[in-house]
Amino acid sequence: MLADELRGGLDAPICLTWEVTYACNLQCVHCLSSSGRRDPRELTTAEARAVIDELAELQVFYVNVGGGEPLIRRDFLDLVDHAVDRGIGVKFSTNGALLDDAAARRIAALDYTDVQISLDGATEADNDAVRGPGSYAAARRAMDRLADAGFGPFKLSVVVTKRSVGALDELEALAASYGAELRLTRLRPSGRGAATWRELRLAPAQQRDLYDWLRVRPHVLTGDSFFHLSAYGEALPGLNLCGAGRVVCLIDPLGDVYACPFVLHPDFLAGSVRDAGGFRAVWRSSELFTALREPQNPGACASCDAYDACGGGCMAAKFFTGLPLAGPDPECVLGHGEEALRGVDAAALPAAGPGHSRRSLPVIAVR
Amino acid sequence: MLDLALPYALDDQVALRPEPFGALAYHHGSRRLLFLRSPALVAVVRGLAEAPSAAAALDAQGLAGRTRAAMELALAGLATAGVIHAR
Repeated sequence: MLADELRGGLDAPICLTWEVTYACNLQCVHCLSSSGRRDPRELTTAEARAVIDELAELQVFYVNVGGGEPLIRRDFLDLVDHAVDRGIGVKFSTNGALLDDAAARRIAALDYTDVQISLDGATEADNDAVRGPGSYAAARRAMDRLADAGFGPFKLSVVVTKRSVGALDELEALAASYGAELRLTRLRPSGRGAATWRELRLAPAQQRDLYDWLRVRPHVLTGDSFFHLSAYGEALPGLNLCGAGRVVCLIDPLGDVYACPFVLHPDFLAGSVRDAGGFRAVWRSSELFTALREPQNPGACASCDAYDACGGGCMAAKFFTGLPLAGPDPECVLGHGEEALRGVDAAALPAAGPGHSRRSLPVIAVR
Repeated sequence: MLDLALPYALDDQVALRPEPFGALAYHHGSRRLLFLRSPALVAVVRGLAEAPSAAAALDAQGLAGRTRAAMELALAGLATAGVIHAR
């Protein structure tokens, strides 16, 4: 089975996520990387170019770039140019605030580059409750600028929460009005999301509705985000497995390599691109990635008929909610996660740490 | 559609990367990822550009019988996906 070959790991990732900076003009309440302040240890331009050169040698097909807000780095578009010159596709996520007309024109002229504008609600009220005041207007302005610059089909990228799940039709229509594609991703209890996940996550009935909605819309992109929903029956399109350390990984702004974008925690740190063997050695021989490529213990899921469909769900979601990695996802569609969550001692949850949040977090009501 | 009598080549926008099971192909235009699940198929695809026809590229790998039929099917799939095209 192909999935078995993928679980055993590849010579290089298919794609990887690269958070290029922790600096961000926003303070979204669910930010996976707890971004805000720039870290002075961030990779320099020369180091970032060297990382791109190494990824090109390894024939990584494309990188998903996030942050922080990538456009805060003044060398960001030069780095995109360099990646594309080296044959690496770039998909970058932005909140749009810094995407002015000049940037839009420059991006529109690039091959192999996809832009994802983040918007987490169909209305200003819903979006700004999660992403902060002014963020809806900024995202819409950026979408207008990309359209005016003739960029073509950009992606409207939405984290599915209680605030957005009721408006998927509206968000799809909004994307269509720009000739854009809709991309939905799963809310995870990572970064600042650890504190807001319980408030923002979907109710079981909403998960079912989302699955049904996605089933009839195979054109909606998901980044393979919702494979835990495949336990409802027919699998959703995609590889349907946790690719952490097997087919994907994350490089953080300092060059630290983690198993996936949702586990910025010392337990999932595999090494650094600044180490002697570079990224290649981390990918091919780090202890953590080697362990992740071993057959995983299904734990409490061993007797479940749906295990082949969902594989036990998302490692990050389990870890940050205090559940054992061998066992059900907290949002297991058969309800096993809810049961397990009730047994978790809140005092034993992994410390989220302040990350790079600015000291005075804006108070945002998520209800 | 695949015409075995015609010469073929890998599309310029496709990156082909060796893997233990064969190769991964990524089409930068369509953003599609494809799996080439046999080293023999990878050898055929890599040989297309130098071969006077797709059939000759199969001959060059000494493929016959059922294996060859399977390879022809796989090549047809790659042609449909735009990974290879007649040159």
